Amino acid sequence: MDDIITMAERPREFICIVCPVGCPLKVDGDGDNIVVTGNACPRGDAYGRQEFLRPTRVVTSSVSVLGADSPLVSVKTKGDIDKARIPAALAEIRALTVRAPVGIGQIIAPDLAGTGVPLVATSAAARV
Amino acid sequence: MTGVRVTDVAIIGAGPAGLAAAITAADNGANVLLLERDSHPGGILRQCIHNGFGLHYFGEELTGPEYAARFADEAAKRAGRVTLMTDTMALSLSGDRTITAVNPHDGPLTIKPGAVVLAMGCRERTRGALGIPGTRPAGVYTAGAAQRLVNLDGYLPGRRAVILGSGDIGLIMARRLTWEGAKVLMVCELMNYSSGLNRNISQCLRDYGIPLHFNTTVSRVHGAERVEAVTIVSVDDKRQAIPGSERLVECDTLLLSVGLLPENELTRMAGIELDPATGGAVVDERRQTSLPGVFACGNVLQVHDLADHVSREAETAGRYAARFAAAGSLPAPALRVRAEGFTRYVVPQRISAKPEGLIDLYYRVSDAVKPARLVVKSSDGGTILSRRKQAMTPGEMERASIDSAKLSGDTVVLTEAI
Repeated sequence: MDDIITMAERPREFICIVCPVGCPLKVDGDGDNIVVTGNACPRGDAYGRQEFLRPTRVVTSSVSVLGADSPLVSVKTKGDIDKARIPAALAEIRALTVRAPVGIGQIIAPDLAGTGVPLVATSAAARV
Repeated sequence: MTGVRVTDVAIIGAGPAGLAAAITAADNGANVLLLERDSHPGGILRQCIHNGFGLHYFGEELTGPEYAARFADEAAKRAGRVTLMTDTMALSLSGDRTITAVNPHDGPLTIKPGAVVLAMGCRERTRGALGIPGTRPAGVYTAGAAQRLVNLDGYLPGRRAVILGSGDIGLIMARRLTWEGAKVLMVCELMNYSSGLNRNISQCLRDYGIPLHFNTTVSRVHGAERVEAVTIVSVDDKRQAIPGSERLVECDTLLLSVGLLPENELTRMAGIELDPATGGAVVDERRQTSLPGVFACGNVLQVHDLADHVSREAETAGRYAARFAAAGSLPAPALRVRAEGFTRYVVPQRISAKPEGLIDLYYRVSDAVKPARLVVKSSDGGTILSRRKQAMTPGEMERASIDSAKLSGDTVVLTEAI
């Protein structure tokens, strides 16, 4: 399984992305006893915890569209998915094909790669 | 040949700047002709399918196409006032604000607007601009061209890529190529810092273990038909190659993300004063250029980090373009705004004779300064604003709001290390 990472294997050092300062964060401890150091503000603490405990990302890509004036429509996960599920999500996106017309926000896959998060169109494709 | 078209406001470019300017100009009573050389509005945002747009403007995270569509839809709702002409290339702009343009439906067009908004955006610097030696095989792309191939046309430009330049487009493309199945070997950056956002360094490179080599550049391209390798080399603090540090990296693709150049051919043609530091026009707080009735906004004026700021700037330009078209004039630029210390440039570069309300000064620093102090003062010494900043980097555009009532003479925007 690609989505099981033990505490011991997880990265513990991050660059904080909350503001331009970019504090180098270090996360020590496990479970309920996590300590974030290197942060200059509370937002950095929250970011460090999140990145260590459960990093998530929005995935954007594109899928083939048939019968349209363009070959692709762009798509995104309608919300964050676990970072570890990104490869599975991308594999599923690559296999998808849709038929025009497609509207922005239209659901392309209701539950992408078992994440519980739908994949939605972010661009429109008119039928030709 | 068709006749002369008369309109209140003509806008050149229907990217994020042109669309926002069109909407605001229409809402201020103007009839707007919006000229776009592509077949769709939206500009570069159409190919920026990643998310991160709109947090400031809409309070939510959107992808580029979604962000553009919101403005395109708003413009379409004003179809009675905003006429969008796609596939239309503006060819010239003269000192009396006459535009000539051409498209496949109408042939050549002459447009006589009451006011003009320049919203042409920017272009990427190319290999030719850098002068990288070596052969000239296929496989060398600007990052934006590769982005278009992948995201709009559905082609992967290569399998093993080296990216030169760590600006945001290069970082975004490192992740995109990785996600679409290519191997990104490294990102090389000539400077000792990245002009890209921390967020992109973290989420586009570190997430995928892609190394970022500072003080490193590409010194040669190898390959006959197709790129086969590049030579990378370390540089010293004067950006000179360090002999003996060369390394051959086998790859089939080189992406260049080495800067953006505001596309100001029309601006130059009209004799409008340009700022060598921004590559864009010199404007006042209303975004009026040195040619009365001609306004500029978005990346053709200054290269922005965020589309959200482009939209805001364009609204200013659109509002005053509509006002100029109705009134026939606006107060002329009177005061200068000067960049000092680590401040590389400030937009606007001028303040008009009758400024109103708060004025936002946008500026960038020339080097990373940590910690820094920003001082806005009158040239006679009176301090208008002084603020400590934990860090400033050339990659992040800064903003300072000042009360126009406090302006007495020329204004200095000074950034100093503390």
